[in-house]
Amino acid sequence: MSEKILYGCTALFDSPDSVINAAAKVAEEGYVKYDVHTPYPLHGMDKAMKLKPSKLGYIALIFGLSGASAAMLTLWWMSAVDYPLVIGGKPFFPYPAYIPVVFEITVLSASIATVLSMLFFFFKFPNNIHPLHGTRYMKKVSADKYGILIQADDPKFDESLVKAFFENTGAAEVDLVYWDDEEISHNNSILEPKFLIFLLAAAVITSGATYVSFNKLLYIIPFNWMSEQPKLSAQQASPVFKDGFGMRQPVAGTVARGFLPYQFTGQPDLAGEKLTNSIPVSKRSLEAGRVNFDIYCSPCHGFYGDGASRLHGQFPNPPSLHSEKIRNWTDGRIFAVITEGQNVMPSYATQLSTEERWEVISYIRALQRALNAKESDLK
Amino acid sequence: MGTADYSQEIQVIEGKPALRELDDLISKPLESKPDKKFYIALSITGSMLGLLVVGLGLTFYYGIGMWGNNIPVGWAFDITNFVFWVGIGHAGTLISAILFLLRQKWRTGIARFAEGMTIFAVMTAGLFPLIHVGRPWLAAYLFPYPNQHSLWVNFTSPLLWDVFAVSTYLTVSLIFWYVGLIPDLATLREKTGNKIKKVIYSVSSLGWRFSNRHWQHYEMVYLILAGFATPLVLSVHTIVSFDFAVSIVPGWHTTIFPPYFVAGAVFSGFAMVQNILIIIRKIFNYEHIITLNTLEKMNKVMLLTGSMVGYAYAMEFFISWYGGVEVERFAFLNRALGPYAWAYWTMISCNVISPQLFWFRKIRRTIPVMFVIAIFVNIGMWFERFVIIVTSLSRDYLPSSWHIFVPTYTDFMILIGSFGFFFTWLLLFTKALPVVSLAEVKAAVDGAQPTQKDH
Repeated sequence: MSEKILYGCTALFDSPDSVINAAAKVAEEGYVKYDVHTPYPLHGMDKAMKLKPSKLGYIALIFGLSGASAAMLTLWWMSAVDYPLVIGGKPFFPYPAYIPVVFEITVLSASIATVLSMLFFFFKFPNNIHPLHGTRYMKKVSADKYGILIQADDPKFDESLVKAFFENTGAAEVDLVYWDDEEISHNNSILEPKFLIFLLAAAVITSGATYVSFNKLLYIIPFNWMSEQPKLSAQQASPVFKDGFGMRQPVAGTVARGFLPYQFTGQPDLAGEKLTNSIPVSKRSLEAGRVNFDIYCSPCHGFYGDGASRLHGQFPNPPSLHSEKIRNWTDGRIFAVITEGQNVMPSYATQLSTEERWEVISYIRALQRALNAKESDLK
Repeated sequence: MGTADYSQEIQVIEGKPALRELDDLISKPLESKPDKKFYIALSITGSMLGLLVVGLGLTFYYGIGMWGNNIPVGWAFDITNFVFWVGIGHAGTLISAILFLLRQKWRTGIARFAEGMTIFAVMTAGLFPLIHVGRPWLAAYLFPYPNQHSLWVNFTSPLLWDVFAVSTYLTVSLIFWYVGLIPDLATLREKTGNKIKKVIYSVSSLGWRFSNRHWQHYEMVYLILAGFATPLVLSVHTIVSFDFAVSIVPGWHTTIFPPYFVAGAVFSGFAMVQNILIIIRKIFNYEHIITLNTLEKMNKVMLLTGSMVGYAYAMEFFISWYGGVEVERFAFLNRALGPYAWAYWTMISCNVISPQLFWFRKIRRTIPVMFVIAIFVNIGMWFERFVIIVTSLSRDYLPSSWHIFVPTYTDFMILIGSFGFFFTWLLLFTKALPVVSLAEVKAAVDGAQPTQKDH
């Protein structure tokens, strides 16, 4: 018995009135490390114990306000800075529409922060190795009795004095509470191998389950990600048609829009004579021509048609488009080159539609004129 | 009907039971083995839950086409069920938070149970937005997280507000519930003789010691949470009503929706709480904890909110006439006289007429009658959401696209299954945790508080 370390002296009371009077006396006597234990909160006990009001309200205020401003700031950054999108003609930062989300986040952050700080910082929970746990005293105060505890490490604590004091205040039972061996020798179990193995197992299982569900489970039926669709893809067979092909030939004797056959194959000079630019020159057509020229022509011919190839010798540099010869070509002659290719230049008929070729030609004309400008052009 | 003595406050807990007796009574279902009745009830709700599983399996495998929804009725049973279940949840928060702030002591006996119901109802409700998107495994897109598309969600959409409102509501309700449970779990920890239970209760009570230095902060936190939960619960159903009110569908585009939806939610929630509590108090012998006076007060709340809902129905009609918009007028006349008139009049008779019987004290205090009325209220409130959603959508602007919604068997499986889901959770709850708050009930017993000397 004497080897045990004393935690404190407890007293049990039968009625709320007697415990509240006793608590007031304990506070008056000048004890500091004491506590009252009741199965439910008693009105007026804080006053009797002379406790200062709880500061948790400030925590709620601080976290609520910071949650609100962080939410507003995040929404602003997402919708006005990171990826601005026009939605319903509203401004990029329509803050009235953000009130619901900001309000919810305010409530969420304040509630979570208040409860967590109460449990983990104010109460220092979880704490299941307290000397009071499992005592007769705790069993009583958790059910229907009211108790007061004066801790042995209180500067004024004296075993016999405290006992006598409690008996004078009308306590029904007075008892001493000792630390158990387990409670004294209790080590923080965080570094125990068992716990570490548990953590490792939890990590492996969680990541394994995540991997399997994201990479395997989500790709089995019925999660087909629309990969099977009731439509015909190119080259697919189809029982609908007699020949079993999904792809169809054009109807005999018809020409599809934009696929008029080229009549001057192998006769570029004839094409130069017969063909004329069918697209009127406009700002729009020149712009469209520039875009296609930059995509298809500029890698070899350079952005200005001067033969400044970006292929760095991997492909022969073409001659400049500003030579006397090409400036004197008709539009139709250039069209023949784009359509059929010339020397090492391949045909661009599949990349550029007829209209697009004419637009590119108009743009080449504009480039030629710009690089060989006359005095009169400056006026 | 004796004359009431109004000079004395009615006791919240009848008969001044000893605190130890309350402990034993409330923890009895947790300490005894479940009886035959429990297993019968569980097998019924489990079978209903099975229907849900089959219904959802069909929906996921074959797609949303298994439901009766079709353009223009893109929302039908799914969103009706969602709004219905979210509404059921609201009574719990109202009882635990708003009545706490209003210092209504009669809430103590029913608060824990109603909070539990809130959580299960919100969980049930949460199923529907998930499944109605068709591919629920992609539901994470609803949350703004840095994704491979580097796109953010549309924060101006009421449907997104819903995501935030419902998930916040569930989280805060769970926190509120758990904070309330901590002292009770500690009482059970001290009470139990079973080793495994002791470990579970020790871990979940976190080492609560009933210290007054803790009670002080605890009461403050409870007050703060109640203060937050009150605007939260109002915001949740307001935002749910925005799903409709912010759109331009005739019959939905109404500014009265937020208050009207909140009143409706409390109305249906109280009806559900009342129904279940009548059964609970009978089975577990809680007649003196969940007293007839408490039930009567709940009936009064139903009378009030039912009248508010009735007023809103009338006002909707008035505004559609007064507003002078032809399509609005048509939408409301179509509700009362169109192809879904049967649903409309079911709603009116269940929601507006039946709660008016609660004006009579005798009816307010007769358990079988109030039980039946509350069932009618729940039926009526389900139909309210059905009427709002389906009749408005089935007659949109273009008469050529008008369409009559007919539910399929999958729709009914999921509707019945949602009740199975909710009641299965509820049954397990009654056996796993104290359905009445020990600490709060003890504090409300006559003579449990010190006599006030200073005034």
